[in-house]
Order: sequence, then structure tokens, then C-alpha cells
Amino acid sequence: MTKKFSVKGLTNDGKWGQRLTKLAIYVLLLDFGFVYIYPIMYMILVSLMPTSDLINPTIQWVPTYLDFENFKQVFSTLEYPVTFTNTVILAGVASILQTLSCALAGYGLAKFRVPLKKLWIGMLILVFVIPTSLTLVPQYVLFNSYGMVGTELSIWLPAAMGQGVKSSLFVLIFMQGFQYPKAYDEAAQIDGAGPVRTFFRISIPMVVPTIILSLLLSFVWYWNETSRSGLYLDGKINTLPLQLEKFDKLFGAAYPASQGSSLNRLNERIQMAATLLTVGPLMILYLLLQRKFVEGVEASGITGE
Amino acid sequence: MKKQKKQTTLRTRDALSGLAFLSPWLIGLLVFTLIPIGYSLVMSISRVKFTVNGMELTILGAQWFEEIFTKDANFLPALLDTVEFIAFSTPMILVASVILALLLNKVTKGRGFFRALFFFPVVVISGPVMSKLIGNDATMLIQANDYGVYQIIGNLPGVIATPLQYIFDNVVLILWYSGVQILIILAGLQKINKPIYEAASIDGASGWQIFWKITFPHLKPMILLSGIYTVVDLAGMPSNALAKLVKNNLTRLDAPYSYSAAISWLYSLVELVLLGITFLLLKERKEKHDD
Repeated sequence: MTKKFSVKGLTNDGKWGQRLTKLAIYVLLLDFGFVYIYPIMYMILVSLMPTSDLINPTIQWVPTYLDFENFKQVFSTLEYPVTFTNTVILAGVASILQTLSCALAGYGLAKFRVPLKKLWIGMLILVFVIPTSLTLVPQYVLFNSYGMVGTELSIWLPAAMGQGVKSSLFVLIFMQGFQYPKAYDEAAQIDGAGPVRTFFRISIPMVVPTIILSLLLSFVWYWNETSRSGLYLDGKINTLPLQLEKFDKLFGAAYPASQGSSLNRLNERIQMAATLLTVGPLMILYLLLQRKFVEGVEASGITGE
Repeated sequence: MKKQKKQTTLRTRDALSGLAFLSPWLIGLLVFTLIPIGYSLVMSISRVKFTVNGMELTILGAQWFEEIFTKDANFLPALLDTVEFIAFSTPMILVASVILALLLNKVTKGRGFFRALFFFPVVVISGPVMSKLIGNDATMLIQANDYGVYQIIGNLPGVIATPLQYIFDNVVLILWYSGVQILIILAGLQKINKPIYEAASIDGASGWQIFWKITFPHLKPMILLSGIYTVVDLAGMPSNALAKLVKNNLTRLDAPYSYSAAISWLYSLVELVLLGITFLLLKERKEKHDD
């Protein structure tokens, strides 16, 4: 009798203990989550505050009223419609080209007895590891001699040949993705399909999640990239982050501080509005497609060997 | 005899098809990576002159490298700054990633939400955005003067105080740069067989023992991978002191291109050394390995 009782007591204790641990874990996760979201919250709220709220020490988070005047100023300073379109085209095309070239290379390495395979894989890692600044100037000289500086080609060509932003990573995940059983390909070959047809009909459908991941990540990474585009595009084509980089100068030129009104003072709310307009489209994209991003990373085997 | 011949042709055909698929990448590797790397090495030991026919290079030897080490007042501080930044941040990012992955692995409800939240910065991080956020105090989660903790830390001996202060100042950055690493480690956690844990807890192992004896050894390859990713990621940030130095010297009047090529070579060597250290520290010890 006593024995039974104590056992019951024990399990009860265990249950409570487990619940407490669970609770503690959720509390910790929420804490970390808050740290993650804090800069974004700050950015959005400050960008919406009227200037008087910024200097009022009693106001920490909630704006007394919403003020969108700064967004109008930022919108015109960034030349938003043009810049936005530039960024989407630049990143969109680069992302498609990069995905295609990396899929082809990954397929070649995964499916065929390519000579010197180990060397090529070593090269992939080398390309991933070397800092961009090492190839930045020589590439610039190269593009300059072909008159490609100031055009999108200087960004698109390396992407089309597997040497773009983090291309090696994508080649490696495609390599991983294409390592499905050979029997599928053999079946297609017996039915008379050549390597090209096997690639499009059998292999591509096998790696759809990887393709989506590659398209999405390439798109956001090209969107956010500034060291190559800052140099190669030569100020002739501007992307949103590039405009943000020189925002203080642009704003000063558009709204000279010397000319009177306090509206022309470059303050946090204007800076945060500019930042919000730069990352906003990416935030919306992520809100809509976050499943594809995260599950893609897991399914793609970035996380594996 | 005939059979053998057929086999070799099949092999050649296989190799050729593979090379065909690989060819865009191979050409790209040559044109956009290998030749530029070689070219930047040549530039770093040359004098570059612009003439009507384009650029002219005359080999000088190690002059720029000598100048970097003996005359350039900006180089050593920039180098130290970059190395310190990477050496401090990498272990913290790795520890944060392991902790967050362990927490995520323990919950089922809401895991998707938190996973998505932790990956979110990967999508928005860029040099200009970060510098705007940092410059406008958006990452100052803890206001230095508001908290007594800060003063307490300040009174501790430097060995303990410096890293602690670093964590407090950079908590957002550490977490924001952990997005990919958390997913790598979480996937590693999910590959560990459940029965091993059950066996260990039946044998009376505590949570702490289970982590160090089972979880951590299993995670080591993932941590190594994350470590390499982190070092490459941080070293590639355009806001690095060294990257800035490369950029600022690009059009130096007496040494256009060549001087910054020399710095970027040193930059790459430093990064390789850091990667080597990461690898040595995190690789699996062979003699203990027994599965």
C-alpha cells in the first residue's frame, strides 16, 4: 500500500518537474525571441514617432500620434520606385542565374565520374572561404576592360557561372540533393532518355525544395549585397542598400539643414524610416514564405555532412 | 577485349557528360576566381600605372608589404580589430546557437514559430542596414547606465569583465548572426538516437552528464561546420576594419589597386589562419572515436 502511494507521488512530482522545465524553456525562448525582435520593433516604432516624441524622455515605446511625414521625405530621397525596381531586377535575375548554374554544377559532381572530382570540391570550399576583397579589384579591372562596369552584367555574369554570392554553398546543397538512388536515372535511360533529358525530367523534380531555397536565399543575399555591387555598378544603378549606405549624404542634398525648418534635420526617425523601407520588402517576403526558407534549409542538407 | 573497350567508352562518355554539366562553373572558376586571385597577387608586388593603352604593371617586389608593416599606421589596429572581433564573436555565436538549438529541440508547440524567428535576421542582414540599426541605438537592448549589473561587471577583473561586457554590448549581434548555425545544430540534435538518452538516464546520468557525454560529442561535426560558416561569414562582412582598409586604399594615388591588393592578400591569410585554428579546436579527436 505504502509502496503504491509513494510511486504515485513520485510520478506526480515528475510531472510537475517536467511542467516546470517546460515552462522555464518557454520563458527562455520568449526572452531570446524578444532580443531577436527588439531592433525591428525599435525601427518600426521610432520611424513612426513624431519628432517631439524623440526628445521627450517620458516616451519610450508608444508614439503619441503617428507621423508619416518622414516616410514621404525618405521615399523621395531614396527615389524609391526606381531603386526598388532596380533592386528587384538585379537580385531576381541574379538569383535565377545562380540557381541554374549551381544546379548544373551540383548535378555534374553528384551524378558523373568527373575527373579530378576531389579537386573541384576543394575549389568549391576555397571559393567559399576566400574574402570577396581578394577578387574584387581584379574582377573590376576585368569588367572595366569589357565595358561592363556600371551595368548589371557585372553582377549577373559571375552568378551565371557559379561564382556569385555564396555560390559554393548552393553547389554543395544541390550536390547533396541530387544524390538520390541511381535506379531512377537508369530507368529513364533504359527508356531512351539522354543525360540532358534525364536531368530535366527526373532530377530537377527531385530537388524542388532545394531549388526554391536557392532562389529565395540567392534573392535576399543579392538584395543585401553591397561590396560587389557598390564597386561594379559604379553608382549608375542603385539598389536599396546602396542608397541606404549613402543616405545621410542624399538626404542632406535633398533637404538642406540650413534651409530653415526642423523637418530637415536628419534624426533617428528618418534614419529608421529609410532602414524600414530598405528591409521592408524582405520582411514581407519572409512573412509570406518563411516555411519555404526554414524547411528548405532543413531539407536541403546544408545541415548535413 | 571488346567488352573492356565498351566499358572505357562508357566511362569516357560519363566523364564527358559530367564535365559538360560542370563546364559553366569550371569556366567561371577560372575567369572569375582563379585568374583574379593570381592577378591580385601580381598586382600586390607591382606598381600599377594607367596609360592610354590601359593598365601597366611593373614588378617591384615586396615593397607594399614592407610599407604595410613598417609605415602604415592604420594596418595593425585594423588587423587587431578584425581578429579580435572574429575571435570574440565566433565562440559566443556558437554557444548561443547550441543553447538555442537545445531549447528548440525540447519543445514541440511553437517550435516552428521560434525557428522562423531565429532565422529571420539571415534574410535582412546587410552592411548598411546593420550600421543604421547600430548607429541609431536599435541594437542597444541594455542601456549601459540603467543597470547596476553594468557597474558590478566594471568592477570585476578584466579577464572576466571584458567578455561579459562584450556580451552585454553585442547581445543582439551575437544572436542575429546565429540564424543558420542554429538550424545546422538543431538538425544535428534531431539525428541523435533517442534510445541512447534513455539508456543513459536509466543508468542514472544527470542532464549535465548527458549533455557532455552524449549530446556534445554527437554535435561536434555540426559545431565545426557552424564554426567555419561563422568565421567565413564574419570575415566577409564589408564593415570589417580590414575590409574597409582595402576599400579606402583602392584608389591610393601613388599605388592604385596594388596597395589594397597587398592588404587583401594579408586579409585572406589571416582568415585562413583563423579557419585553421577553428578547425583544430573543433575537429573530432581520432583516438577517442570508436563508432
